[in-house]
Amino acid sequence: MGWEWEVIFKYFPRLLEGAWLTLELVVISGLIGIALSIPLALLRTSSNNWVRALPFAYIYFFRGTPLLVQIFLVYYGASQFEVIRESILWPVLKEPYWCAIIAFSLNTAAYSAELFRGAIQAIPNGEIEAAESLGMSHALLTRRIILPRMFGIALPGYGNEVILMLKGSALASTITLLDVTGMARTVIARTYTPLEMFLAAGVVYLLMSGIIIALFRYMESRFNRYQSYNPDRDA
Amino acid sequence: MDLQGFGHLLVSGTWLTIQLALASLFFGLILGLMGASAKLSDNKLARGIATGYTTLIRGIPELLLVLTIYFGGAQLVMAVASLFGYDEYIEIGPFIAGVAALSIAFGAYATEVFRMALLEIPKGQWESGLACGMSPTKTFFRIILPQVWRLAIPGLGNLFQVLLKDTALVSVVGLNDIVRQSQVAISATKEPFTFFLVAAFIYLALTAIANTVTHMLERASNPVLRGGR
Repeated sequence: MGWEWEVIFKYFPRLLEGAWLTLELVVISGLIGIALSIPLALLRTSSNNWVRALPFAYIYFFRGTPLLVQIFLVYYGASQFEVIRESILWPVLKEPYWCAIIAFSLNTAAYSAELFRGAIQAIPNGEIEAAESLGMSHALLTRRIILPRMFGIALPGYGNEVILMLKGSALASTITLLDVTGMARTVIARTYTPLEMFLAAGVVYLLMSGIIIALFRYMESRFNRYQSYNPDRDA
Repeated sequence: MDLQGFGHLLVSGTWLTIQLALASLFFGLILGLMGASAKLSDNKLARGIATGYTTLIRGIPELLLVLTIYFGGAQLVMAVASLFGYDEYIEIGPFIAGVAALSIAFGAYATEVFRMALLEIPKGQWESGLACGMSPTKTFFRIILPQVWRLAIPGLGNLFQVLLKDTALVSVVGLNDIVRQSQVAISATKEPFTFFLVAAFIYLALTAIANTVTHMLERASNPVLRGGR
């Protein structure tokens, strides 16, 4: 089997270009996803059955269907409706870039909402009661106690979700975007060296997930400092 | 909803997706058991290979794995075959490539599930099996595996749900699964939203069924949940 190292070296800069787009997709849709998932998680923990039903249906749909189908629904599906094609949204919805971001954001919001819901329910009751007995209003309690505690508890799980998003972002290549996978496919179409280029792309993904894991370890040690706090040592 | 006579396409796509998922589940479980045994063995080489396998596969996108095996798999198989003196051209069909990619992905995650479950089994269970005069293989299949199974089902159920959704990726390499058949219907009807939405709901139904079966298996394998002694 002729193994062509030169191809990998020659086109590695292109893969790094793709890595930049992959990173952009993950970060932007991750941030939108968090913004969407917090209200979803708060609604999910409501005591009212009707309030809980809507986020439940949303989460059930997005967790139960393939991301690929969700991307196709946004990218190809939107064009079915005359109303959308003639609205001011069309310049956005015909761009594969924005369709990928919309689909990824909606998808990660569903998974993050479940994580955050679990974290909210894991907050010790005593902490909520203490805040209530101090006379905090519900809004203040949510802002000062529930949300910060929720982030701390959900952080390790959220790190996993970001890794899954990074891997899911490869699907952007199916709607013509040149992320790492898309770049590799373009180069392969020209050089016909599938094994070499896909392996190189795999290495790029491994490096990126390594960096994300390290980042989350650092954030955990910062955000959950109280867990490793030692009064004798840290005084 | 009006499918304009394309319902049968979706039915055949669903059937292919189910076959693909079940075949990958079968081979993935075998790979997972092998991986877990390798990770827990005393053999350093086996441990190294298993660790490399799970780290690599869990770190790269499933789509990349599907593409690599579909476009590069034949090259790899031919390289291995030529070591044994076989030099004919070998072609890998999309179904085989899909099953290979999905079971390799499933196996990497299942390795971790089985490893945790194997660690939960007290060492005394092994010792008592051997003390009764059973061979290690017999002890594994008669004493250890039934207990591992019970502990592993919830984790494997989650993985199977992921696998079912990942089958959609094989449509990219041209296998006639649910997504691909929807695309065929769309090219004739020009109704992408309708058909992709129907496809989404078929996956939703499949994952719901898988969930129910997992719960049933969980109850069947667990005397405490079943309300026994």
